[in-house]
Amino acid sequence: MQGLGIHVLFEGINFQRLLGGLWVTLRLALITIGLSCVFGLLFALLMLSRKPAAKVFCRVWLEIVRFMPQLVLLYIVYFGFARIFGWDLDGETSAVLVFTFWGAAEMGDLIRGALTSIPRHQAESAAALGLRKSQVYRYVLIPQTLRRLTPQAINLSTRIIKTTALVKMINVAEVLKVGQQIIGQFYRQPDAAFWVYFVIFLLYFLVCWPFSVLSGYLEKRWA
Amino acid sequence: MDWSFIGAHVPDYLEGAWVTLRFGLYGVLCSLAVGVLCCLVRYFRIPVLRQVAAGYVELARNTPLLVQLFFLYAGLPRVGIRLSAEACAVIGLTFLGGGYMAEAFRSGLDAVDRSQAEAGACIGLTPAQNIRYVIFPQALATAVPAVFANVIFLIKETSVFSVLAMMDLMNVADTLRTGGGRTVEVLFMLAAAYLLILLPVSVAATLVERRLRYAGFGDSRPV
Repeated sequence: MQGLGIHVLFEGINFQRLLGGLWVTLRLALITIGLSCVFGLLFALLMLSRKPAAKVFCRVWLEIVRFMPQLVLLYIVYFGFARIFGWDLDGETSAVLVFTFWGAAEMGDLIRGALTSIPRHQAESAAALGLRKSQVYRYVLIPQTLRRLTPQAINLSTRIIKTTALVKMINVAEVLKVGQQIIGQFYRQPDAAFWVYFVIFLLYFLVCWPFSVLSGYLEKRWA
Repeated sequence: MDWSFIGAHVPDYLEGAWVTLRFGLYGVLCSLAVGVLCCLVRYFRIPVLRQVAAGYVELARNTPLLVQLFFLYAGLPRVGIRLSAEACAVIGLTFLGGGYMAEAFRSGLDAVDRSQAEAGACIGLTPAQNIRYVIFPQALATAVPAVFANVIFLIKETSVFSVLAMMDLMNVADTLRTGGGRTVEVLFMLAAAYLLILLPVSVAATLVERRLRYAGFGDSRPV
């Protein structure tokens, strides 16, 4: 086999296999993002509560996810939980658990930040205009909060997508693993590895970049 | 928890921590240099280089380090570019970090209102003085929290260096785990090691941020 190794990607269903591998991490990322939004909201409400215990609890949680590399958390859940609790979790379940643990805290902090960044006089002015409490939220507070939150939440989502690549390290057959299998099959094509990893790099870029552009655009537009 | 096992393996972890710290530091320093360079190229609108820098920042920020490392370490040698694991580690971390640092510096410069530079010029400051006394301190005050967040992020990201067969903390833990079966102790030490590395960085960040806040103007002053 001669010529550029990029043809390896178009042999048989190799490209579809690669996309299938990418979908494995993207699906994990989507589940994580969904769960992080739900639990993030709860986390934010907990952070804003007046109970000191709740605040300390959130603070400790947030510091843990800020200090621990996600890979360490993955190892603790994937390898450690079987020993500590006797739970033998598979790679994908561990990943969703860990990334949601992380994502919910980060999302919660973003929601809290967005909520508290609205000046008090906004609510007071709305009340002075005669809006009911529900109307104050519906027409004044929630729209402003969402405008501040959305670009940051999209940014966090791209971080989650990039971080899910780590499931490679706990034996989930994602895009890098599929790439390695393809390279193994075409070992006679020496530069296959170059092209396969280059294309995986581009695939990730093509997935994350539109979100980055959208986030930047919304930030400028709604600033 | 088997404390004698933990005591016996502290030296292994110290060696791993040294690798993590050393290559983390190289990566951070190179990232700062690349970040400043990219930021300046864009700030002074140098043609061509400016587009190159913008493209690079997008590539770096929208792809996972793990994928970048696979490309560097397993892909490039197939087209004749052989790099040692250590070189891949530093280049990979710099590629990633440079993009993030460039964005941090840019947000700092963007935060300095144009009227500041104009006012500086009006009172007779030379362009160099204007940068030294007016623009730079204010930009730094805004950029520093993001820069420190990036430093912590980059040190955490070094945890994937184990795919390069480097004996960093992650790899030390993995070797002990597969060798001895003391999973809980191994993971406990791993988490403790990252905490001990990152806690001082975080404390330093808080101190430096507090010191630099003097340069704030108007609303940016602490309440």
